[in-house]
Amino acid sequence: MKPHENLDSLVIGGQTYHSRLLIGTGKYKDFAETRAAVEASGAQIVTVAIRRTNIGQDPKQPSLLDFLPPSKYTLLPNTAGCYTADDAVRTLRLARELLDGHDLVKLEVLGDPKTLYPNVVDTLAAARTLVKEGFKVMVYTSDDPIIAKQLEEIGCVAVMPLASLIGSGMGILNPWNLQIIIENAKAPVIVDAGVGTASDAAIAMELGCDGVLMNTAVAAAAKPILMATAMKQAVEAGRAAFLAGRMPKKLYSATPSSPTGGLITPGK
Amino acid sequence: MISVIINGESRQFDSPLNCSELIERLSLTGKRVALERNGEIVPRSRLADQPLADGDRLEIVVAVGGG
Repeated sequence: MKPHENLDSLVIGGQTYHSRLLIGTGKYKDFAETRAAVEASGAQIVTVAIRRTNIGQDPKQPSLLDFLPPSKYTLLPNTAGCYTADDAVRTLRLARELLDGHDLVKLEVLGDPKTLYPNVVDTLAAARTLVKEGFKVMVYTSDDPIIAKQLEEIGCVAVMPLASLIGSGMGILNPWNLQIIIENAKAPVIVDAGVGTASDAAIAMELGCDGVLMNTAVAAAAKPILMATAMKQAVEAGRAAFLAGRMPKKLYSATPSSPTGGLITPGK
Repeated sequence: MISVIINGESRQFDSPLNCSELIERLSLTGKRVALERNGEIVPRSRLADQPLADGDRLEIVVAVGGG
């Protein structure tokens, strides 16, 4: 049985995906490594950034989409580097045109270039505009449960709270907030930002997240391809553990796994 | 002669041209790009019927690696 055959699928914006790992394409050594990492991760949804083309560049130079064609992957354009709602909206209108009308997008509006913490006020504003314009918005946000719910109520197709700061690799700093967000959400909840290693991804899935989005955790690993494989396994393991229904945690249980009768020496 | 700003840089053209011709002039034909002219998206299907005007501000973008 293939690993994902007994696991449930992820549905976002009416589309079904078997991989619950979403991956970014930044910070790799080159396009070949980017593609190898994406393939090893099993990710179907892959984020890209939108930037000015380098005019005067050799037209024969390969581009990212030569390595990650839209025919094979669901490309998710982001608004990285946007600090206002207007910039984010402009960027995604361009992205939709760039990708032949595909309207599944990642919205992020940053508040501070040092920490890259999201500006949730502008994020809410941008989300309202984008949803009105027919975009299917997957929205990066803080782990504030009220903001997360408001973004869902605006009509975002997925809510993506951070585990910790972008690129920090600190893992899940507030599992309690994430749990509250998951409890209140009807839309898929995808942890985005701050994942550092495989256990972080597994923990996110064990909490009940619908997916995990990461970039630096793979690209900045000493062996990115190996880490991509680890992440694929971690997300699958975490989801299976969640669906399996874990045993309760107790301070002590006095119920050993071995029988208490038939001892050759008297017990206490 | 018209003067436009493309991706933040000033450019001059001796004779009038439309957006499709501009894409060609910049060696971007066949590349996957999107164009915004004075804040509005110019769809690929309409590039040829959008003439450039003096003072136009254009953004031409591509997809690159990012998280």
